Amino acid sequence: MTGRNRLSGPLDDVARDAGHLDHPARVGFFTDTSVCIGCKACEVACKEWNAVPEDGLDLLGMSFDNTGMLGANSWRHVAFIEQSRPLGHQDPGLAGLPTGPSGIGETVHAVEPRLRAAPRGGSELGTEPLPNAQDLGMPAFSRPGDDSGAESRTDFRWLMASDVCKHCTHAGCLDVCPTGALFRTEFGTVVVQQDICNGCGYCVSGCPYGVIDRREQDGRAQKCTLCYDRLGDGLEPACAKACPTDSIQFGPLDELRERADRRLEQLHGLGVDEARLYGRDPNDGVGGDGAFFLLLDEPEVYGLPPDPVVPTRNAPQMWRRAGAAAAAFALAGIGAFVSSTLGSRR
Amino acid sequence: MDLGGLLRSWPLYRQLTGPDKLGRGAAAQSPKHVGLRPRTATADRVAKSVCPYCAVGCAQRVFVENEKVVQIEGDPDSPISRGRLCPKGSASLQLVTGPQRLDKVRYRAPYATEWTELELGEAMEMIADRVVEARARGWQERDEQGRRLARTNGFAGLGGATLDNEENYLIKKLFTALGAIQIENQARI
Amino acid sequence: MGSNMAEAHPVGFQWVMEAKARGARLIHIDPRFTRTSALADTYVPIRAGTDIAFLGGVINHVLTNELDFREFVAAYTNASFLVGEEFADTEDLDGLFSGYDPETATYDRSTWHYEGVDPSGSTPKGDSARAKEQTQPMQAGGRGATVEGAAEDIVKDPTLQHPRCVFQILKRHFARYTPEMVERVCGTPQQQFRDVCEAWTGNSNRDRTTALVYSVGWTQHSVGAQYIRTGAILQLLLGNVGRPGGGVFALRGHASIQGSTDIPTLFNLLPGYLSMPDVAHDDLATYIDDQRAGGQKGYGYNVDAYMVSLLKEYFGDAATAENDFGFGWLPRIDGDHGTYRTVMDMIDGKVFGYFVMGQNPAVGSAHGKLQRLGMANLDWMVVRDLTEIETATFWKDSPEIETGEIVTEECRTEVFLMPAASHVEKEGTFTQTQRMLQWREKAVEPRGDQRSELWFFYHLGRLVRERLAASEDPRDEPVQKLAWDYETEGDGEWVEPSAEDVLRRINGHDLTTGEVLDNYLGLKADGTTSCGCWIYSGVFADGVNQAARRKPHDAQGPYEAEWGWTWPMNRRVLYNRASADPEGRPWSERKKLIWWDADAGRWTGHDIPDFPVGTAPGYVPPEGTTGPDALHGDDPFIMQADGKAWLFAPHGVVDGPLPAHYEPHESPVRNPIYTQQANPTRKVYGRPDNPSNPAPPEGGSEVFPFVLTAARLTEHHTAGGMSRQLPYLAELQPALFMEVSPELARERGLTHLGEAHVVTSRAAVQARVMVTDRMAPLRIDGRVVHQVWMPYHWGATGLVTGDVVNDLLGVVLDPNVFIQESKVATCDVRPGPRPRGAALTAMLDELRTRAGITTATGTRVGTAAGVAHVEEPATPDTPTHSPAATSEETP
Repeated sequence: MTGRNRLSGPLDDVARDAGHLDHPARVGFFTDTSVCIGCKACEVACKEWNAVPEDGLDLLGMSFDNTGMLGANSWRHVAFIEQSRPLGHQDPGLAGLPTGPSGIGETVHAVEPRLRAAPRGGSELGTEPLPNAQDLGMPAFSRPGDDSGAESRTDFRWLMASDVCKHCTHAGCLDVCPTGALFRTEFGTVVVQQDICNGCGYCVSGCPYGVIDRREQDGRAQKCTLCYDRLGDGLEPACAKACPTDSIQFGPLDELRERADRRLEQLHGLGVDEARLYGRDPNDGVGGDGAFFLLLDEPEVYGLPPDPVVPTRNAPQMWRRAGAAAAAFALAGIGAFVSSTLGSRR
Repeated sequence: MDLGGLLRSWPLYRQLTGPDKLGRGAAAQSPKHVGLRPRTATADRVAKSVCPYCAVGCAQRVFVENEKVVQIEGDPDSPISRGRLCPKGSASLQLVTGPQRLDKVRYRAPYATEWTELELGEAMEMIADRVVEARARGWQERDEQGRRLARTNGFAGLGGATLDNEENYLIKKLFTALGAIQIENQARI
Repeated sequence: MGSNMAEAHPVGFQWVMEAKARGARLIHIDPRFTRTSALADTYVPIRAGTDIAFLGGVINHVLTNELDFREFVAAYTNASFLVGEEFADTEDLDGLFSGYDPETATYDRSTWHYEGVDPSGSTPKGDSARAKEQTQPMQAGGRGATVEGAAEDIVKDPTLQHPRCVFQILKRHFARYTPEMVERVCGTPQQQFRDVCEAWTGNSNRDRTTALVYSVGWTQHSVGAQYIRTGAILQLLLGNVGRPGGGVFALRGHASIQGSTDIPTLFNLLPGYLSMPDVAHDDLATYIDDQRAGGQKGYGYNVDAYMVSLLKEYFGDAATAENDFGFGWLPRIDGDHGTYRTVMDMIDGKVFGYFVMGQNPAVGSAHGKLQRLGMANLDWMVVRDLTEIETATFWKDSPEIETGEIVTEECRTEVFLMPAASHVEKEGTFTQTQRMLQWREKAVEPRGDQRSELWFFYHLGRLVRERLAASEDPRDEPVQKLAWDYETEGDGEWVEPSAEDVLRRINGHDLTTGEVLDNYLGLKADGTTSCGCWIYSGVFADGVNQAARRKPHDAQGPYEAEWGWTWPMNRRVLYNRASADPEGRPWSERKKLIWWDADAGRWTGHDIPDFPVGTAPGYVPPEGTTGPDALHGDDPFIMQADGKAWLFAPHGVVDGPLPAHYEPHESPVRNPIYTQQANPTRKVYGRPDNPSNPAPPEGGSEVFPFVLTAARLTEHHTAGGMSRQLPYLAELQPALFMEVSPELARERGLTHLGEAHVVTSRAAVQARVMVTDRMAPLRIDGRVVHQVWMPYHWGATGLVTGDVVNDLLGVVLDPNVFIQESKVATCDVRPGPRPRGAALTAMLDELRTRAGITTATGTRVGTAAGVAHVEEPATPDTPTHSPAATSEETP
C-alpha cells in the first residue's frame, strides 16, 4: 500500500501524494535573512493569531535572542548572531578603533549552560562562538583574527534570522504520527490537529530539525500550522503579513524558489559570497523544505542542522512499527470517533 | 448524518478507500479542520484604525465579533505600512484585550496604603471640586510689576503624545480658559 | 544619525530597505552598532554628543572643495545676504558669538542681523532672557522667525564673495572642523569620515538626492536644536531640501506626538504654533505686533487671522471686535513653565494638583526621583491610563520607599487612577511623523469605567462650568464664555462628545455662511471665521473628513494624496517649490516633483504645490507689499520672513546663528574646538536636588569616567506602560541590561549576564551585563573613552520589572526648546548588585563628595566667565526631600 507513496527524495506534488486530488499550489515560506532586522514581529504576530502562550521571561544573554529556540510555545524564533566576520562589502566601522581582542571568556561561560540546557536550540550564542561546541554535536569553528591578540577586531557583523517549522516534503513528524493528528494539507503544509493529538510525542523525535514540541499544559504536540485557517480564506500567514521588511515571504513554493535563486545571484553579485540557500534543494534529506532560507553562514551558526535527514528515509522498519501503532490507535479511535460524532448530534 | 455519511467521515475508511493510502493527508483530516475559516472571515465588522505605538502611523484593521475585538492586523491598503506591523503593533490585540487593562476607577486617599474603589461619577465630581479649589488657591492676578497674569499655578498637566488631536484640543482649550498654563507633553521630552 | 530606525520605526524602515534594494547606500552613524547598523552598508562609530562636530566637518568638506549645489544655494538660501558689521563669530570669540551675557546666560541677538535690517523691529519686546525662558524658537517653529523689512531687498552679494556674506561666514566658521578635528572630537577614524563626505556629496546633485534621518538621538541634547540646524544647513548646501528623496526626516516616537505639538498641550504654544500670550501683551494688537515684523514676507504674516479665528472658536459669539475677541481672557506666561520647572515647583510646594494622561513620568522623564518626589508633595493627582503604571503607584512602590524618602503613611497625595479607553474604543485622529492625520474608527465600546480623554475633559469642563456658572468674579468669565457646545451622542448626564465635531471646528467655519472652510487661506482677522488650528484647516474641506480617506495605495498616484490628510493643505513634501529651478523647471527629469505650467499659468506636478499656485517663477511683487503677496516667484520658503532658507539664522535661535560643537553638559573630555566647553546658554537648574556630574575644566570628572547613553528596544515602548504589561512583548526583552564592550567589562570586572550597576551623582541603577562587540571603545583626543548603553523601559510594575534608567539623569535643557539632555551623561559602572536603602544614600553621598559636587557644579555655563547659575534655596516652610540638601554646600 506504500507503493507509489515515497518517503524520501524529490516529490513533485506533495498534496496529491497525500490524497488531495484537486488542490491549490503548494505554498511555503522563503525567509531571506539578509534583510531581517530582528524586530520579532513574526514571533508576536504568530502568537496573537494562534493564541500561543508566553514562553518564559528569562534573559538568555544570547545577543538579543530571549526566545532561545522553537518549541511548543514559540512557533517562530529569531536568532541573533554576533560575529567577527565581514558581511559582503559592509563596512562595520571598526577599522582604526582602539580595540582589544573581541569577546571575553566570561561571555562564553555565561551562555554555555543555557545552550546545554537547550539541546535542540541555540545558534552561536552571545558574542563568542563556543570553543567546545563539539560536545553539543556542532562543529567548532574559530574566526579570522581570533588568535592574533589586541587590535585585531576589524570585522564584525550581526546576523538575524527568523526560524520556523520547515513543512518538509518528507515530514518525519507526520510519518511517525500514529494517530493521524498530523496531516498534510491540500496546500502541502503539515499541520497538527489538536482535536486528535493524544500527546504520544513520537513526532518530537521524528523531526530532524527539533521543531515540534509538546506543550507542558496539555501534552499535545505544537508547531507552526502555516496559519492553515488563514490559507483557507486566501490570507497569508500572520508572520509573513507582519514582517516589516519582507524577510519572510509567503507564496507558491515554485515561485519562492525562483525568487530565492534570483536573490542569491544578486547577493553573490554584490560580493556577499557567503550567501546560500538552505532547504531549497529537493534532493536533500527531507526532499526539500516548504519553508526554506537564505543564510549568510553555515546552518549550524543559526542552530540549524547542516544535513537534516528524515528519520523514515532509511528505516522502513520504523515506519512499520509506527504504522502498527497507528492502526492500533485507529481501531481504538473508532469508538471515540463514533461516540463523539454521535454525541454531538444529541 | 446517516450511517453511510458517518462511515465516509471516518478517517480509516477514507484512508482505505481514498487516494491517501498512507493516511497522512486528506484521510487524516478531522471534520474540524475541513473548511476551516479564519476568525477574520467570520467577524461581524472591521474598523479602520491606526497603530497606537510609534509615530510611523501604520494602518490597522480591527476585527470585531460579538462586540469583542478578536484580531488586529495591518491594513494592506496603507501607503505608509502596506499591511505590515512591528512587534508592538502586532501585540495590539493583547494591549486592547489583555487582563492588564483597568476597568474600574481606583482611588488612593491621602496617607492610605492601598487602593479603594470609587464610582466614576463620584470621582468626576471630586476631581471637579479639586480643580476649582486648586485653581483659586494658585491664582495669580498680577506680577510684581503689576502686569496682568490672569492665571493659576494651582494645577498642572502632562500628556498628549498618545492622545487624539481632538482630545488635545479640548485639554488645551479647557486649561487655557481656566488660566492653567502648566500643560506639557512628551513632545517636550 | 541620532536614529535607530530599524528598531524604533521598523515598519517605516521597509522603505529604507526598498531603497537599498534599488541601489541606495545606507550609512548609519551612531554611538553603537544597532539593528540599523546591521542592515547598513556602512556603520560609522561616533561618540555620543558630538554630531555637530561630525556634520560641521562634512560642511567644511563641502565648502572647502566647492561641492555645494551652487545654483540651489544661491537662489534659495540666504547665502548671499550680508550680515551686519557688528556680528562676531565663535572664531573671533573662542566659542561664543557676539552679544553673550554671562549673568543671564543668554545672547542679545541684535548683532546677528542682516546688514541694514533694524534689529529692534524683529527682536520682540522684552529681553533675550524672556526669549529663552519661553522657548521662543519653538513658538517660531510653525511660522518662521520675524525679520523686519525682509520683503524689501536685503543687501546681498550674488557672487558669494563678500567677506560678510553668509556663505563666507559659514566657510570661516566651519574651517576648523577638519577631518583631524572630527577624529579628535568624535573618535571617528578619518578614513571613515572622508568616506561619508564623499558618499554624501557624490549623491547630491541635479539627478540625485540624499535623505537625512534623525530621531531623539538628536533632540535630547543641551544643544539639540542646533544638531538639526547643522543637518539642515548641510542638506541645503547640497540641494537636498524640498526635493524628492531629499529632506531632513524627524522620526517621532509616539502615535500623535506630532499632533500634540501642532495642537499643543505645551505651555508656550497655542494651536498652530501661535505663541501663548505673555505679560508684555497688553492687548491683541501688541500680541500681533510681537508675532510678526513689519514688511516681512510669507504666510506667517497672517498671524492676526489665525489668532482671531482661534479666539472665535474658543469663545464663540462672546468673542467680538469690541472685546478684542476675548484676548484678555487668556492667561499670560512670563517665563519657564515647562514640565521640569513644574515638577520642581511641586517639590517646592507651589503646585497642588496634577493631571497625567497617557504618560508615565515616574519612569519616562529625566531624573525620575525628582518626578516622584514632586508627585509625593501634591494634594491630588489624576492618572489616566490603560493600566496601573508607576506614576500611579509611586506612593507604595517607588525606589524612594526603600530609602525612606517617601513614606506611604506620611504621603498625603490623593490619587485618582482613571481607566482610559484604548485606540480602538474611541474615534479621532492621530498625526503621524510626516504630518499626516489619520482618522480612527471606533471598533467597540470601552468597558466599565474606561473612557476617552475627550469624554473626561468634556465632562470635567462641564462640571467646572456648572460650579462657576453663577460667579461674578471676572476671572471666571473665560470659563463662562467658553464655547463648550460640541455635538454629543446619547442621553442623560454622561453623553459622549463627538470627536468629528471637534475636528470640524478645528478645521474652521465661515461664520457668515456657516460653511466649513476649505483651507487656511480663507481665514480672516475680522471675526467672520473661526478655526481651532489654522494649519489643520482643510482637514474637513468640502465638508468631508479628509483624514478618514482610505483609498488603497495601489489605486492612486505616487504621492498617495487620497490617503489621510497632511497639513498644510495636504502637501506631502514641504517647500517643494525648491524641486524646480528658479525658472520653474525640474532640476532634472529623474527628480521632478512640481513645475510651472506656463500655458495654464499655474504650478503643477505630482505633489500639491507648497507655493502660491499662480505665482509665476519670475514674479516680482510691487514695492511695499507684505505677507504672502510679497513672495517672489523664486522664494520657495514661504513661511520664512525673507522667503529663503536660512544657512545663517539672524533670528529665531537663542544659542547662535550658526551651530558650533559644544561638549555635552556632562562630558569626560575638554572641548577640543573652543575654550567654551558646553552650550553657553543651556538651561540649568542649580538646585541641591538636581546635582550635575563635573565636566572639564571643573575637577572631579574622573569619578564618572564613562559616557552613558540610553535608547529604545524595538520590543518595548518608552516607559513600558504599553509593553511591560504584555506577555508577548515582555518575554522578548525580559530584563534591564547594559551593553558594554569587552574592554570595559575587563576593566571593571563585569561578567556577561552578571549583575552590575551604573552610577551617577543622582542614582545607581542595577542591570544585567551584556558584553558585546557592538560597543567599541573610542579614542578621543588621545585617550580611550568607553560608552555604556542601556534601554530605559523598566520600572516597578508590569510582568518584567527593573530599575528606572532615567533616574541616572539630571535635568539640563536645550535653551531653544527646553528638551532635556537625556542622550548623554557621564557615569561609572561597578560590578555586582547596587546598594539598597541607607547604603545607597551613603554611597551617592560619598560619590558626590569625592567628585567635589556642589549645587554650583555644572552651572557655570559660560566657561570663561565662571558665573554659577544656582537657584535661591527653597523657602524654609517648603519641604525638601533630597538627602543631597544635607550633604552639599550651597554657595
